Amino acid sequence: MTSPLEQKKIRITGPSVVTANRTWDGAVVYRTAQHGWSTALSDAAIVSTSDDARALLAESAADDVGAVGAYIAPVELKGRVVEPGNLREHIRSKGLTIDLLPA
Amino acid sequence: MYAYDELDRTLINERVSEFRDQVKRRLSGELTEDEFKMLRLQNGVYLQLHAYMFRVAIPYGTLSSKQLRRLAHIARRYDRGYGHFTTRQNIQFNWIKLAELPDALAELAEVGIHAMQTSGNNMRNVTSDQWAGVAPGEVEDPRIWSEILRQHTTLHPEFSFLPRKFKIAITASEHDRAAIKIHDIGLRLHKNADGETGFEVLVGGGLGRTPFIAKTIKPFVAGRDILSYVEAILRVYNQYGRRDNIYKARIKILVHELGIEKFAREVDEEWRQMGHGALTLDHSVIEEVRSRFSYPAYEKLPHMPDELKQAAHDPLFERWRKNSVAPHKVQGYSIVTLSLKPVGGPPGDATADQMDAIADLADKYSFGEIRVGHEQNLALPHVAKRDLPQLWKALDRLGLATPNVNLVTDIIACPGLDYCSLANARSIPIAQELTRRFANHDTADMIGRLHINISGCINACGHHHVGHIGILGVEKNGEEFYQITIGGRADENAQMGALIGPAVPYAEVADVIEDIVEAYLALRDRPEELFVDTVKRLGVEPFKERVYATR
Repeated sequence: MTSPLEQKKIRITGPSVVTANRTWDGAVVYRTAQHGWSTALSDAAIVSTSDDARALLAESAADDVGAVGAYIAPVELKGRVVEPGNLREHIRSKGLTIDLLPA
Repeated sequence: MYAYDELDRTLINERVSEFRDQVKRRLSGELTEDEFKMLRLQNGVYLQLHAYMFRVAIPYGTLSSKQLRRLAHIARRYDRGYGHFTTRQNIQFNWIKLAELPDALAELAEVGIHAMQTSGNNMRNVTSDQWAGVAPGEVEDPRIWSEILRQHTTLHPEFSFLPRKFKIAITASEHDRAAIKIHDIGLRLHKNADGETGFEVLVGGGLGRTPFIAKTIKPFVAGRDILSYVEAILRVYNQYGRRDNIYKARIKILVHELGIEKFAREVDEEWRQMGHGALTLDHSVIEEVRSRFSYPAYEKLPHMPDELKQAAHDPLFERWRKNSVAPHKVQGYSIVTLSLKPVGGPPGDATADQMDAIADLADKYSFGEIRVGHEQNLALPHVAKRDLPQLWKALDRLGLATPNVNLVTDIIACPGLDYCSLANARSIPIAQELTRRFANHDTADMIGRLHINISGCINACGHHHVGHIGILGVEKNGEEFYQITIGGRADENAQMGALIGPAVPYAEVADVIEDIVEAYLALRDRPEELFVDTVKRLGVEPFKERVYATR
């Protein structure tokens, strides 16, 4: 669980979500507004202030059985579409950028 | 092959039961992630970007065909149909489910495979030369000593909570294929003036954030004393190694800060106080371990069989033979390297089907034995020369006969940002693009021996510091950039590469590497002068000039 000290440091500069890995299989998941987890980024609860981000992270981290390693990740809003905000999150959300077999 | 006894089998099975219970308690919420993390790490389980990653130990890189088939089964049943061979002779599965891990471990245990000490702050897999036991001119099979160290350190309470992870590599050949100088302890087996077998002991090597080449702490330690001497080193490390700062916790930092002379004095004093009676290896103990390694019943075969003479007329076969086939200590036999670096493929990956097929070929042509090298290729260590043409055809059909061993497309690469939670940048797509750029085998042959190593972050799992050309991924303002070093090497003349200049963006890396190679071809004084030797002779400046003149 993110410590209160660490949580105080959290600042966001744009729309963000909380993401983690599902405990039983490690799958990438996003915290939803319904206090659960979803594998779809489009289901994620989106926060726009640091206070809301801290609250969402605290709630997510408390669900240690559902998912592990929760953290805040930036997203981009393109109309109603939510896109990952950086390359790392793009890879986590969309999958590998490589060909698995020789091409 | 080494035959496990009942004690080994019991230990592995008990570990599976223990971990099954730990996983059950984790999934039920009885254990928090904080409580569970160390337990999973002690069983080779990391949490990566997309999933759990499961690292399985392959002690000193030796596998039986039965074991490889089981790894193929694990890839197929529990993962996504492939595995990744690592720079420490292990294999990693990238998509394993925590809930299924105990079953996977139980299936591995049936064939004597486990994941103990493949992560965590303990003694990791003791690595060795992938040609151990078959290389001509070897002092003796270094795996005997790897196995003795493995047995002594596995679950040893004193070495289970070291300040940081600890890696040992052993070689017994003049040419170091085990990269011993970049390990915490490097052991070089040799004979002293009296003909006695023992070890040159090197300490404090390592890459990562603060790279160091290991220094010799003792030119000769007799074989019977190696256990006690290694233990003395570990005790000094355990006592003085820093636990307050993860970046300063490796033994290389301690050796650097104390100085090798003072560190050596501390070890000698510890060694003296230990009395090392209990840890002195009796001849019978060494011979017991030696006796559990079985060697093939080689036939008496001609040096140049007719099958080989006939196949030599096929230029494609000859290209592969010259590149991928090495001399064996027994006449009529060869060591065959199987390239896991096809053009456009992820370096070090093998599909489950390939693993099964390699196991079949090992049974047919290599007495059922396979080796894993730190360069992320496999080898069949006992192939009769008469069988080489047939083996080549079979490997070619499987995509495992790319004639690029030790050439520019034989790239060592970490998983990078496509998989790894520590990475700052991608490694695999850079490697894939480079293999496409240098796909022409005539060009690669003309360039000659050239090792490219790629790491996606400063932790250096791709050993970029010691690549002839090293590529390090860094992140700048959310973009992937890559620092390029040249002149590094990981062999008996190991040294760190030198940075050629500012980092370049992702899209320019392959162009830069092409520029460096073109500069080398123009600068080398003869075709036989290797890339690293040209860099050594001329320094980085001419290469820097070529790369940055137009950028």
